Amino acid sequence: MIFDALFGARFLFKQERALGMEFFAQQMINGITLGSIYGLIAIGYTMVFGIIGMVNFAHGDVFMVSAFIALLLFLALTSVIGITWLVLAFIIVLLLAMFFTSVWSWTIERLAYRPLRGSFRLAPMISAIGMSIFLANFVQAVQGPRNKPIPPMFNETIAVTSGGAFDVTLAWKQIVIIAVTIILLTVFWYIVQKTPLGRAQRACEQDRKMAALLGIDVNRTISITFIMGAALAAVAGTLYLIQFGNVNFADGFIPGVKAFTAAVLGGIGSIPGAVIGGLLIGMIEVLWSAYVSSDYKNVAAFAILIVVLIFMPQGLLGKPEIEKV
Amino acid sequence: MTAAPPRPQTLGEKLPQALRETIIAALIAAGLAFPIIALGAEPDINNQLALQTRWSWVFTTILLAAGARFLAFTLETMRSRFVAAAGLLCAAFGLGTWYFAGVADPLLIGGTIVAGAAAIALGYFIDGDADVAPKKRTTVSAQDDTSTALAFIGIGVLVAFPLVMLFAFGEAGSLKWINNYGVQILIFVMLGWGLNIVIGLAGLLDLGYVAFYAVGAYTYALLATHFQLSFWICLPLAGIMAAFWGVLLGFPVLRLRGDYLAIVTLAFGEIIHLVLLNWVELTNGEAGILSIPRITFFGIPFTAEENGFAATFWLEFSPIHRTIFLFYLILALALVTNFATLRLRRLPIGRAWEALREDEIACRSLGINTTNTKLTAFALGAMFGGFAGSFFAVRQGFVNPNSFTFMESVWILAIVVLGGMGSQIGVALAAIVMVGGTELLRELDFLKQLFGPEFNPVQYRMLIFGLAMVLMMIWRPRGFIATRTPSIFLKKRKAVAADLVGEGHG
Repeated sequence: MIFDALFGARFLFKQERALGMEFFAQQMINGITLGSIYGLIAIGYTMVFGIIGMVNFAHGDVFMVSAFIALLLFLALTSVIGITWLVLAFIIVLLLAMFFTSVWSWTIERLAYRPLRGSFRLAPMISAIGMSIFLANFVQAVQGPRNKPIPPMFNETIAVTSGGAFDVTLAWKQIVIIAVTIILLTVFWYIVQKTPLGRAQRACEQDRKMAALLGIDVNRTISITFIMGAALAAVAGTLYLIQFGNVNFADGFIPGVKAFTAAVLGGIGSIPGAVIGGLLIGMIEVLWSAYVSSDYKNVAAFAILIVVLIFMPQGLLGKPEIEKV
Repeated sequence: MTAAPPRPQTLGEKLPQALRETIIAALIAAGLAFPIIALGAEPDINNQLALQTRWSWVFTTILLAAGARFLAFTLETMRSRFVAAAGLLCAAFGLGTWYFAGVADPLLIGGTIVAGAAAIALGYFIDGDADVAPKKRTTVSAQDDTSTALAFIGIGVLVAFPLVMLFAFGEAGSLKWINNYGVQILIFVMLGWGLNIVIGLAGLLDLGYVAFYAVGAYTYALLATHFQLSFWICLPLAGIMAAFWGVLLGFPVLRLRGDYLAIVTLAFGEIIHLVLLNWVELTNGEAGILSIPRITFFGIPFTAEENGFAATFWLEFSPIHRTIFLFYLILALALVTNFATLRLRRLPIGRAWEALREDEIACRSLGINTTNTKLTAFALGAMFGGFAGSFFAVRQGFVNPNSFTFMESVWILAIVVLGGMGSQIGVALAAIVMVGGTELLRELDFLKQLFGPEFNPVQYRMLIFGLAMVLMMIWRPRGFIATRTPSIFLKKRKAVAADLVGEGHG
């Protein structure tokens, strides 16, 4: 009996393999949508790691908090203030969620990480793990443990192909997600590459001590990095809410780890790498659940993380780490 | 990197800054609290979310944040901080009574608030132009080695513990103390000591330690249910199995360091958890493995029958016998872990671990085989995790994947870190405080009177746990026992202060 279990074929390929190109195209669309969300979260990880060299464990939970903020604001706007035009409500929710999530992230950095700068190496990481646990349980305490569903929005679909073996469709929410991601990444890229603020950030990333000597307020720059990461996580949270239609206090951990995987895959510290990594992880996850086994889709993500870290620790676009004595 | 803003020196500077900081804290608290505390959403009958507002909660949050900031600022900058603290306590008492009791004596409330405010004002006034001297840090403190005597007393207390409890509370009353406190804490002490080999001695940050605990538990569960092997045969097998998995994990991660290593071990732990959850044919999935054979007294079962433990030893049958036996068993296992660790530290391999923690490159330059050193640390740490796992399975009688989540890993890690990495006694203390502390939360009935009958402190244990981890890192990042006793020394054994201990680079 135990031997049957051990040697029994576990990964039976699903029937969907027979559905051909159309099915594959549909999965690619779904994968890009999911990957956009992962990419937005991954930027927060990669920027913080680039600037202070710590894995901000609480970032996944900041993302979860932002999804809750978006949900509550959406309810307040539609039921209390009575905005009926969905597009307007969406834009207001997006902006407000970015603001309030930034306040959270700023406070977390100020209270839990800044006092530990210069402390021993594991301290910020353990503090971040504690913060992550605190955030999840705080949301559970104030918002309750149940799933929070919202009414579906942007749900109309456009048929891309029809008449074949499988109709490829594109839902409006997928268009919204991809469009918002592209717009925000452009804005964000402009800030990092073209403004004095972005220059200060890149300077701190290269050499914090030297940047401080040259008159850059390093603490302020780090705070702003956290705020930017949180703002993008808030966008991801709002989009996640639209895509999946509900949110739960425990929803921060798994997307957080996957986004971190994306950041590592793209090369930690590299912002374009985080986006590419996010898209890749999203696609791999969707294709894996479509063709192989949806039970093991998280195992696939974790396995990618391990494989990448072992064989390609600098990632796709990252710089190799040189060990100096 | 940049210097903190200069501390205010005079009364004229201090008070306005204190007030400004307080107002900023209140504003930030308002920003934090606005959507997520002020608004609540509960599904109604149609499963539509209905919005509720909870402004009183927001008000409380803002007050708390402002008060905490004012307190922190005052304590930070004032020399006469005790006067100020007393004043704040007074004021807080007054406000608290007002808030909770509603119609208490107005004279008392007003009096305490005024007295508190007066005390704070007095504190600021006395402080005047004094400046606050920075704290001095000692780097090396010499101390005598009294730990051996303490260890023997500790073991004596532990051996006597179940019997004392039995006499004090009777058979029914002592079950809770021996099982929930004694056995539970000792499991975590053992896991902490096992992980301490990997983190504290070898300096490899392992966030997936629970995987080995799970391997041990499932090894015993599967072998015992399928092949009817006894616990005493399964125990070494579970240890070997876990050590094998430790090596399997160790091989690929040899090149990784620090945070990367932490993340990979986390991923490994999650994979094991997900496989246990999804491989239904082997592990029975979420339902887990039920009716695992219980512990026997070296072959004599703890039953009421003729050949049972009670009858064999001419005792009256009681379920407490098994619990007491389990207590001594885990105590023995934990002490074996401790003894092995202490001995290993003196062997060449143990010194290699500690050298690896201090500086990997120097280690390699001196000809230490870092591959073997890391692998043995992983394997031995995992082995003790496996022992603890099979003990867990035999104690519970069933196992399911929910016992082996990432949170369990974090618990064990927190115990090691809060205890002070590398310090055996510190880890034991941390396990007692943390596991015992959360168990104690169940007993805090007076909180129910304060916050109403629906308040359940156990609900908030993870919240408190997370917050405690953050605060502990800020307050004492090196753990309870921050000093280290070197295993080799010249003439006199001296404790090494925290600042001088390398923390390892993974």
